[in-house]
Amino acid sequence: MQLEQMYQEIILDHYKHPHGKGLADNFTAQVHHVNPTCGDEITLQITRDPADGQKLLVSYQNQGCSISQASASILFDQLNGQTLPTGELAVGHLVAMLQRMEEPNEEILGDGIALVGVAQYPARVKCALLAWMAWKDAAIQALGQNQATVGEK
Amino acid sequence: MSVLDVAAIRKDFPILARTVRDGKKLIYLDSGATSQKPTSVLDAERNFYETHNAAVHRGAHQLAEEATIAFEKARQNIAAFIGAQANDLIFTKNATEAINLIAYSFVNATLKQLRGEALPAGAERFVLVEGDEVVVTEMEHHSNLVPWQELCAKTGAVLKWIGLTDDGRLNYSDLTTVITPRTKVVSFTHQSNLLGSINDVAKITAAARAVDAIVVLDACQSIPHMPVAVSELDVDFITWSGHKMLGPMGIGCLWGRSELLASLPPFISGGSMIETVTMEASTFAPPPQRFEAGVPMAAQAVALSAAVDYLQAIGMDKVASHEHELTKVALATLGDIDGVRILGPTDFTDRGSAVSFVVEGIHPHDVGQVLDSLGIAVRVGHHCAWPVCRRYEVPATTRATFYVYNDLADIHALADGIRQAQEFFGSN
Repeated sequence: MQLEQMYQEIILDHYKHPHGKGLADNFTAQVHHVNPTCGDEITLQITRDPADGQKLLVSYQNQGCSISQASASILFDQLNGQTLPTGELAVGHLVAMLQRMEEPNEEILGDGIALVGVAQYPARVKCALLAWMAWKDAAIQALGQNQATVGEK
Repeated sequence: MSVLDVAAIRKDFPILARTVRDGKKLIYLDSGATSQKPTSVLDAERNFYETHNAAVHRGAHQLAEEATIAFEKARQNIAAFIGAQANDLIFTKNATEAINLIAYSFVNATLKQLRGEALPAGAERFVLVEGDEVVVTEMEHHSNLVPWQELCAKTGAVLKWIGLTDDGRLNYSDLTTVITPRTKVVSFTHQSNLLGSINDVAKITAAARAVDAIVVLDACQSIPHMPVAVSELDVDFITWSGHKMLGPMGIGCLWGRSELLASLPPFISGGSMIETVTMEASTFAPPPQRFEAGVPMAAQAVALSAAVDYLQAIGMDKVASHEHELTKVALATLGDIDGVRILGPTDFTDRGSAVSFVVEGIHPHDVGQVLDSLGIAVRVGHHCAWPVCRRYEVPATTRATFYVYNDLADIHALADGIRQAQEFFGSN
């Protein structure tokens, strides 16, 4: 079955045992993104690290299909505590990989390279990108804020 | 034994001969979204373009005459399909536009009234004031919800709705509280596109009539699947789409009571909907032309008329009982699978052929993906009826819908596919 190319074991692992799921009480910026065609949702928070304001801590809560859930878990592994430039590089590479314009680069995406199979199913690309687009939105908003946390759940 | 010769019918649909996903036979269970088209419909559209193509209702050359005659004959045939007069049938882009046409009639009448302009006789029923009420149901497709939300936002009217019971029916006990003397329009679906429930039109219409409200029926999921007669429904407007009943995309229908149509201001204005035009002002043609600005979709009307012929040759009674049979088997077969929960009525009275379900532990998108890998096309998501998903506390569902070209083997393939999804995701 071609299916295994999209649902690689590593994706199913992240789906069943997501990393970092759960919202923080305090955060610098919070966004809510949805995939209106299927109803997948994510609330993603960025908290600027008090020790180094360029480092962005990630927390999130989501519901949706295995691809969107696994993708958020992978994002947490890759981007939690990272800077905006590092994250933007990863988002850019993920988009290019899903459009089959770049070969998967494990150094940039980690487990995220396992999402490469999604490129065969254009209808699912949005599922794979949902968390990453939310991250980019929240990260930019957070860097526009003062270093102190401004939001509360 | 089916009431239809499905094997013979399938031969009329060229697309059903193709394979998908590495040579899998196509099992199409998404007719609720759009139906496939028989050769006779495709031929009718092609034949129009090859032999009669011209802009209708303008020009006097031979082709223009032929095209106009073909277009108006199509109108007559499609109207007759629901027992209506041709002049009361308006062609729109789709059913969504048909509903918007009615919603905007309220906006336009209200604006005229606010400016102190004279309203045509009868149009005062379309004037809304702050606090007037618009009633829908909680099972509406977004196309029969969002235009009414917009209407309320523009006019200060209040949107109210009839709720749902746990078993997927309308909560008719809401009728007496939801419909009040302030209710100006009641718009509801004949059959839910997600739950499959067929609503009691007479009961709702009676409550609406008691307060003199306009009654709009969304028949997108009923007219393609069962006999529907205007005379038996006693509603004011009926909207439906062509592409869900074997017809082409790009054409929808609005039937309206003639005295109401006559009183309505136009929705979209421009060419061919006028009577006279000067630089200062225009007067408008009578219905249906008043509501058909611009060059209409004549080729699609002719093709939709061919779809009507195709369905009539089968017989709508037979279409309905065939689907009823399939739905019975589907509800029983799917209901037998551990971890599968059906949304919507599980009894067979007033139950159409949309079967929505959730599989415990597997998101509908993932169920759909496994089914797709087996060649089975279903719909996943909220089916443009997001409030229904919210009501039953599911983020989305998987939905199978049936039509004349489906048979029991398709349902067994669906059930097998669901079991494979459970195996694949290790949820069972």
